[in-house]
Amino acid sequence: MQLNRIFKIIFLSEFVKAIIIAIREIFRKKKTLNYPFEKGKISSRFRGEHALRRYPNGEERCIACKLCEAVCPAQAITIESEERSDGSRKTTRYDIDMIKCIYCGLCEESCPVDSIVQGPNFEFATETREELYYNKEKLLENGDRWESVLAENIKIDRPYR
Amino acid sequence: MELFSILYNEVYKILLLLIPVLVSVALIVWFERRVWGFVQKRRGPNVVGPFGIFQTLADALKYIFKEIVIPASADKIVFILAPIVTMTLALVAWAVIPFSEKMIISDINVGILYVFAISSLGVYGIILGGWASNSKYPFLGSLRSAAQMISYEVSIGIIIINVLLCVGSLNLKDIVLAQEKLWFVIPLFPMFVIYFISALAETNRTPFDLPEAESELVAGYQTEYSGMMYAMFWLGEYANILLMCALGSILFLGGWLSPVDIYPFNIIPGPFWMIFKILLLFFIFAIIKAVVPRYRYDQLMRLGWKVFLPFSLIYVVLTASFLIYFDLLPNK
Repeated sequence: MQLNRIFKIIFLSEFVKAIIIAIREIFRKKKTLNYPFEKGKISSRFRGEHALRRYPNGEERCIACKLCEAVCPAQAITIESEERSDGSRKTTRYDIDMIKCIYCGLCEESCPVDSIVQGPNFEFATETREELYYNKEKLLENGDRWESVLAENIKIDRPYR
Repeated sequence: MELFSILYNEVYKILLLLIPVLVSVALIVWFERRVWGFVQKRRGPNVVGPFGIFQTLADALKYIFKEIVIPASADKIVFILAPIVTMTLALVAWAVIPFSEKMIISDINVGILYVFAISSLGVYGIILGGWASNSKYPFLGSLRSAAQMISYEVSIGIIIINVLLCVGSLNLKDIVLAQEKLWFVIPLFPMFVIYFISALAETNRTPFDLPEAESELVAGYQTEYSGMMYAMFWLGEYANILLMCALGSILFLGGWLSPVDIYPFNIIPGPFWMIFKILLLFFIFAIIKAVVPRYRYDQLMRLGWKVFLPFSLIYVVLTASFLIYFDLLPNK
């Protein structure tokens, strides 16, 4: 036992073994994704960038019930509403401070008309802070851009709601 | 006019050496990061340029544009001088490294002593940097680094004596030419291993990277440095690592000589063999950084003074007695 230990120390056998293992690992398959070019799978419940959806006829879904504003734990949502000329209640202002937002998904859960949703997009980094104060136009535009994915995700998740 | 032509010739030669050294430092950092990545089953930098080869240039560009912060309590002159000293010394030593019989800037007779002296001076850059920062972590880091480099320089010196006994000359070219029949790595294998480990300690690499131990000292003597000054420390460090690899291949692996003097090998020009050997040694440097954890400080000192120093001294005696007994001493 003692002799074995001395042998190990003198011939650095453990270091040599470690180096051989390291060289063998070099030729193994990589475990990481080549990120910007290939991406991991995202769940249908992924809580990424927000979006405001519309009905198929182009009317915005949001009815300005302000449940999301009330439930938001970070108080990142600001809503102002007004009666429109046709008598329906609509938002005049719908701002989300994406820096305050903690991406908990409560706004999406509270929404009675599936208007505010969190989509699969997580690559919305900007160079200035101001660009992350999203307003209604930006959110509606997001909704238009991601609508097909969002509708699909909501459909998949429907049985569990 | 004559002076001008001499100057012109020398500057031309120096640039021809320095630019490749600096470029290869950049490439070697990329290579090292790739090796670590591969060992850890990651991909490493692979986006900038083909296979990410320009990653280091991108990093260097970033460093150039960053602000240089000089702490208010720092000794400004020394603080600025330290990285310059480190980088200059790391590059100056390359002057005597022969890449083939003709490719050498200054073929001086005390080449090995010169390299050894310059690499010993390298401690100053680190000490000055740590002291001038006037801050706790850099100070402790530089103290550690100084003690470490001095103790391992002693054992490197004695290992070099081993080689010199077999060569009988301090000229780096003669050292390589003396290995035409047999590379010194075969008769002096234990010395090669000790040289390699001491080189790791000398250049502050893992497992001996105590001067910049992240978990204890933030970044050691580099803590207060930023921007281009940090990049210069870093450049000097890697130029030093390359220098140690070059010295190792000259002392033990036969410099620019091909391993066997038969057809497909001996037509490859010498410099390529030299570069190949440097890269091979550097590859082991990189692999070691990927696999071993850090030493404790007292273990490091014990290894240097109580193991390497006596062992290499005994080996000097053994080599000398062997050479005398079999009447193999050079230049009798």
